[in-house]
Amino acid sequence: MNIAPAISVRDLRVVRGGRTVIDGVSFDVARGSVTGLLGPSGCGKSTLMRSVVGVQVVAGGVVEVLGRPAGSPQLRRSVGYVTQAPSVYADITVRENLRYFAAVLGAPAGDADRVLGDVGLTDHADALCSRLSGGEEARVSLAAALLGDPEVLVLDEPTVGLDPVLRRDLWDMFARLAAGGVTLLVSSHVMDEASRCERLLLMREGRLLADDPPPALLECTSSTDIEQAFLRLVDEAEADGRTVRATDARTEGGPA
Amino acid sequence: MSVSITLATASRVLRQLRHDPRTLAMLVVVPCVLLTLLAWIFDGTTVFDEIGAPLLGIFPFVVMFLVTSVATLRERTSGTLERLLTMPIGKLDLLVGYALAFGLVATVQAVVATGLAVTLLGLDVAGPLWLLLVVAVCDAVLGMALGLFLSAFAATEFQAVQFMPAFVLPQFLLCGLLVPRDQLDDVLRWISNVLPLSYAVDLMRDLTTNGEVDPSSWVDLSVVVLAILLALGLGAVTLRRRTL
Repeated sequence: MNIAPAISVRDLRVVRGGRTVIDGVSFDVARGSVTGLLGPSGCGKSTLMRSVVGVQVVAGGVVEVLGRPAGSPQLRRSVGYVTQAPSVYADITVRENLRYFAAVLGAPAGDADRVLGDVGLTDHADALCSRLSGGEEARVSLAAALLGDPEVLVLDEPTVGLDPVLRRDLWDMFARLAAGGVTLLVSSHVMDEASRCERLLLMREGRLLADDPPPALLECTSSTDIEQAFLRLVDEAEADGRTVRATDARTEGGPA
Repeated sequence: MSVSITLATASRVLRQLRHDPRTLAMLVVVPCVLLTLLAWIFDGTTVFDEIGAPLLGIFPFVVMFLVTSVATLRERTSGTLERLLTMPIGKLDLLVGYALAFGLVATVQAVVATGLAVTLLGLDVAGPLWLLLVVAVCDAVLGMALGLFLSAFAATEFQAVQFMPAFVLPQFLLCGLLVPRDQLDDVLRWISNVLPLSYAVDLMRDLTTNGEVDPSSWVDLSVVVLAILLALGLGAVTLRRRTL
């Protein structure tokens, strides 16, 4: 059994447009687990995921996936990635999309139909993607990431806009995949999905507020749900931040 | 580079076109309508014989430039390009896949337009017809390669569409179709000397007037092919696996 983490991030810093959007983030993701990345919109979740996949220019730090630097050519078959906006061709059918991505990955021909079943879209195989609803299109995008059985799945808000039944089914699938040894990093801004994760990364303004299993997080913040825990951590961080900023102001105001 | 990924890409691009029959129809019908219009306007003069053949090369160039810049911009903005570049696809697989697909469409376009021009419209071509087709397809691939490269600098469809007048019209004005290149002002002639479309038009014109292919034609064709390779190379540079 391989106990080295599937994803390892150390002191990651990302600067976009002169603004530091990831500010010294470090964490590990164990193999065969589901880790949730939670935080409000704009907190840097997507940038963090892009860094793990290796498509983001980073300013500093180390990101390793399966023991190799993120974005290495050897990882291109082993990491599945779903962007927030469904990245599929709108003007061809669902099956044509999946067959193309399967061909690029060198996945077996039957893989397209298998992943269609996984996301419950077998009935829509011959529909043009442009005719699908937003949630259906997002599932095609997810299906494309499942092609070729990747060892690591990086999923940016895969359940957004889906009804509760579908969301439950997908989280059941994530759990099944993890039980089979796949490592999943799943972002969400819906806090109630947190209970389905073995570990939670809470993020705000480019920093990690917490990196704990859900029960531990509830305990250390004396909260009854994840949303409350998150709010308490934010309040704590802001209280700390005010002290730090006050110190900064004094230093800057002092003699040079 | 992988043959199977390149062919899969070409087949995917063709499928996209197949689901858009109106675009396919326009790709074939519009050049024919324009050529017919031109032959009609200059009926009874020699003008159509002079500019008909160069136009057979210019139409595919313009059309493929437009179609490819929009197609590539869509790949970039929809996130499909980012997804592909996280997968084991080489940049050349993608570029050559596009070139194959659009090259095939351009061949159909050129065959139909040339067929119409030399039969019903009575265009006289002294040189070999197959070479005329080869040049037309090269022009199309050149337009495609330039469109692919330049679309990297367009953030919106509005900008991409305006690259057509910005980059294609100057080449059209300076390629020798309106005023022979040796009669242009020195500065304009120098500019026209570095624009690839000038060589394509020189070549087309030679083919219509000279029955035999002279060495200068092969030089012209080589320049066009080199321009295609250069544009594809520049296009490859704009495909970044890692972005800001």
